[in-house]
Amino acid sequence: MTRGRVVLAGAGVAALAAAIAPALSAYPLTLLTQAAIVAILAMSLDVLLGYTGLPSLGHAAYFGVAAYAVGILSTDYRRGFLVCLVAGVVLAALTAALFGLLAIRASGTYFLMITLALGMVVWGLAFRWVSMTKGDNGIAGVPRPELGLPWNLGAPLPFFYFALAAAVVAWALLGLLVRSPFGMSLLGIRESESRMRALGYNVWLHKYLAFVISGTFAGFAGVFWAYYNGFVSPVDVQLVTSVETLLMVALGGPGTLAGPALGAAVIVFLKNFVSVYTKRWLLILGAVYIGVILFAPRGVLGAFRRGPR
Amino acid sequence: MRRLGVRVLTAVALAAFILPLAPVGTVAQGAPIKIGFLAPLTGPFAQIGKDMVNGTELFLDEIGRQAGGRKLELIVEDTEGNPATALNKSRKLVEQDKVHVLTGGLLANVGYALAPFIDSAQVPATYPVMAADDLTQRKPAKWIVRTGWATSQPMHPFADWVIKNTKHRKIVTIGMDYAFGYETVGGFQRVFEENGGQIVQKIWTPLNTNDFAPFLAQIKRDADGVLALFVGRLALQFMKQYQEAGLHGKLPLYGGGTTTDESVLPQMGDEALGTITALHYSQALDNPQNAKFAKAFEAKAGKISSYYSEATYTNMRWITEAIKAVGGKVEDKGALLAALRKVEIKDTARGPLSIDAFGNPVQNIYVRKVERVGGRLQNSVIATIPAVSQFYKYKPEEYMKQPLYSRDYPPCKSC
Repeated sequence: MTRGRVVLAGAGVAALAAAIAPALSAYPLTLLTQAAIVAILAMSLDVLLGYTGLPSLGHAAYFGVAAYAVGILSTDYRRGFLVCLVAGVVLAALTAALFGLLAIRASGTYFLMITLALGMVVWGLAFRWVSMTKGDNGIAGVPRPELGLPWNLGAPLPFFYFALAAAVVAWALLGLLVRSPFGMSLLGIRESESRMRALGYNVWLHKYLAFVISGTFAGFAGVFWAYYNGFVSPVDVQLVTSVETLLMVALGGPGTLAGPALGAAVIVFLKNFVSVYTKRWLLILGAVYIGVILFAPRGVLGAFRRGPR
Repeated sequence: MRRLGVRVLTAVALAAFILPLAPVGTVAQGAPIKIGFLAPLTGPFAQIGKDMVNGTELFLDEIGRQAGGRKLELIVEDTEGNPATALNKSRKLVEQDKVHVLTGGLLANVGYALAPFIDSAQVPATYPVMAADDLTQRKPAKWIVRTGWATSQPMHPFADWVIKNTKHRKIVTIGMDYAFGYETVGGFQRVFEENGGQIVQKIWTPLNTNDFAPFLAQIKRDADGVLALFVGRLALQFMKQYQEAGLHGKLPLYGGGTTTDESVLPQMGDEALGTITALHYSQALDNPQNAKFAKAFEAKAGKISSYYSEATYTNMRWITEAIKAVGGKVEDKGALLAALRKVEIKDTARGPLSIDAFGNPVQNIYVRKVERVGGRLQNSVIATIPAVSQFYKYKPEEYMKQPLYSRDYPPCKSC
């Protein structure tokens, strides 16, 4: 499949989802909504992992910071959607900007470890800064946004379209980014850092910017996640969330954007449908991962692309 | 050809995802009453989740899975101990399975996460285990009835009991560093200090503690006793290390009920002997209902009953009482909720139960001492404090004006 086809296919899937949504009952709709939001998170990580070659284990941090911003602002301060959105995204970007300074110096396993540690710092804050985050109990009662639109976003269908629109916007923006000259140089860095440096590129700056942009979009996902659940707790920030995101990217195909989105959807549905039928659903999920690694090491979508890239 | 294969595969995969999404048909009249049950069946709390399901199933089996002239159908879903997953599964239970009652849940954050959803979906719900104080205090939910307990509920009368029955006035507290720990220690501290006792040191241990030695070394040796709050694996390890540090028998050990709960007690040794804790249940409780329940549970589950299994057993009884009260007409959600809020049972395994205006049970609190009887450890009941409310002896309005017990509240004046 060529790039154009992937774009077409992605747009087709989004359009198909939008078209069948009204026919669905509330529960499948909420799952689709969740898939759309988690897809944003997975795509944001793909910028780092797939395009820049930096495997981050702390992505839940930016996601969580934004979710907490929304949680706190919309409950304690009763702020509207726009304030929450901006605050969430900006805070996530700032967190990423700070963490990037510390993490970008390392690469490979060391990068994994530093991002893991930084992610745990945010988790610790969420857990222990009780006066701000309500600690382990979490922040409940985040209201669905009021946009002054004729649709009530408290209902599942409008909120699904809202989340889907956000996912499409994120996909388009990230798509433009990775196809831009900047995105091309990121690919170059992934393939050979030393060669790019020899060619006169500021490798550190490129990686740093990719890191911040990635964190910003993770924050964008976090904003919608907080509204979707109506609840924020340290679980959203914990290591498991980061790892799961990493697995979504790996499953779908790093460096394809649409792949991680697909991976996110697959995992959301596997988790929620398979677990209805068997308690051993983790085994099935594990088997899926192993299958992908053995038979499609470049992910589901990566397997559709021919030859070395 | 390969292209085509890929396309077919894609189409099949897509169809496989969309098919289960199709809306299910509406349920016929006279259909079974559906009860949605949430428990952590995978992850670190899976064992407790299993106890919860077993307790529920046991009661359903006893009544032949029927109440109010209709069949009862139990639908169990796994929360993984994760609030977001629990929310998803509740949506599934309410919106897809159309359950008439939602119940279960273990961790406090799951309780807080579900409350707004339950209120907006207007589905009658009960919380058999989730004990966070504010669920029925400062942040009550209209559609939730708690059939379990509030965290500080046993600790208020327990502190009073310690004052009246021992000479211990200076106590060190050591507990897990999260809300459940704060509310346990806070409830004890408030009443203990109001009655002339002193909390001379408060130690909080991280949830992932692997070695208690550094914390045990800090304990002031001139105190009269120690109050400990641990759950699961941590309780086991704390007890062992308390003995290794030479504190067993030197500093009397008190605790929140979970520290010696029957879910961990069989794996403890002599180091647990003499520990005095308070809870609304003990497996060794001497009444006919408990004798029957404890025996039947052990036969079914192959292990002794814990407060988790009793909680869900009695919870299911509570729900069936309400179903009987509305004559099986659970479709009238308002009436079912009202019935759930009126249930009063005189002879549960944990003693008489009634409910207060905020939706939390008024029940006996038992002071229990770990003893070895017939070769195995048990929580022997040494005192019964009847009909304890979540507000203890305080007026609800005044009680709720003070902040929720936390890491720093009540402050440690005598530290």
